[in-house]
Amino acid sequence: MAEPQRIVRPLSPHLQIYRPQLTAVTSILTRITGNGLIVGTVLIVWWLFAITRGGDHYDLANRVIHSWPGVIVLTLSLWAVWYHYLAGLRHLLFDAGRGLEVRTAERLGWGVIIGSVVLTVLTFYVI
Amino acid sequence: MVQFTLPKNSKVRVGKTWPKPDGKNVRKFRIYRWDPDLGENPRVDTYFLDMDKCGPMVLDALIKIKTEIDPTLTFRRSCREGICGSCAMNIDGINTLACIYGLDEVKGDVAIYPLPHMPVVKDLIPDLTHFYAQHASIMPWLETKTNRPAKEWRQSIEDRKKLDGLYECVMCASCSTSCPSYWWNSDRYLGPAALLHAYRWIIDSRDEATGERLDDLEDPFKLYRCHTIMNCAKTCPKGLNPAKAIAEIKKMMVSRVV
Repeated sequence: MAEPQRIVRPLSPHLQIYRPQLTAVTSILTRITGNGLIVGTVLIVWWLFAITRGGDHYDLANRVIHSWPGVIVLTLSLWAVWYHYLAGLRHLLFDAGRGLEVRTAERLGWGVIIGSVVLTVLTFYVI
Repeated sequence: MVQFTLPKNSKVRVGKTWPKPDGKNVRKFRIYRWDPDLGENPRVDTYFLDMDKCGPMVLDALIKIKTEIDPTLTFRRSCREGICGSCAMNIDGINTLACIYGLDEVKGDVAIYPLPHMPVVKDLIPDLTHFYAQHASIMPWLETKTNRPAKEWRQSIEDRKKLDGLYECVMCASCSTSCPSYWWNSDRYLGPAALLHAYRWIIDSRDEATGERLDDLEDPFKLYRCHTIMNCAKTCPKGLNPAKAIAEIKKMMVSRVV
């Protein structure tokens, strides 16, 4: 389209209007869990570090880990590990050019979501 | 660049509500409007149609609104049978062709927007210049080096079959504009449509530029911004699967070096 005087065109709405798709949600969750795990990792590393320091330092770390925010972060991290792992497997399958039919991909998506929750609950009870 | 919100000049305002007709079967349409001559932000106008007097497709409704209620409503359409790809737009949250999307497939009010994350020319018309340029960049034609055959470039039935599911693309841009990766990186990522076309020529048995074609796509952005989000395959009004075509190109990239 020829435009002699440049008109500042609006950008059409995107995230605001696009209906969330299962495959897209499971895809972005892979990233979110991957990045979110940094928080859990930092917490665990600090806990391990506190063990080497012992005494008051360890007491403090222990209290934070066992406080309700600490438990929430660790529980979410546990789910995130499982989710990220299963989603990674799914991605490996996609990279091999398999499972890319829409119906199969959506089933895999549900598999990852349900699987990660089930595995989290199982791990929780085993620990 | 990732920007989740709309720029200031693109924020959508509440627009005009047009009069409601009499009738038992009245349906509400919320339609995105932007007029370059007004110098205002885009708005969403509300229209009402008596469905007993309207054709079955979304395009029928749009044409009825334009003819009977508001002649300024602007959209592209041509073939009305899903082969020209002109009337691609976002209907009820997904990208599709208005002419082959039934009004009965939409629950409740019908929300119609232009294809997402594109510069708007007017109302439901996005500027596809960049999208077409990306298509042109993948050399969408047969590249040959050997001498021209006396009659035509022959192809076996099996080799011709490999083009099924690819050649049917009508370049409506529904897939590319459904892709979040294309939203954030369309300046460098080619997007599902152009890549599906790239693959269509890469696997054409008659084409003799496969290496060059792959070389051109060997780039962190052009090809590899596809993260198998799969909105493209899900939304394609022709039922094609660009995600699969892209995965095949990625596989060829690997298999040619190992």
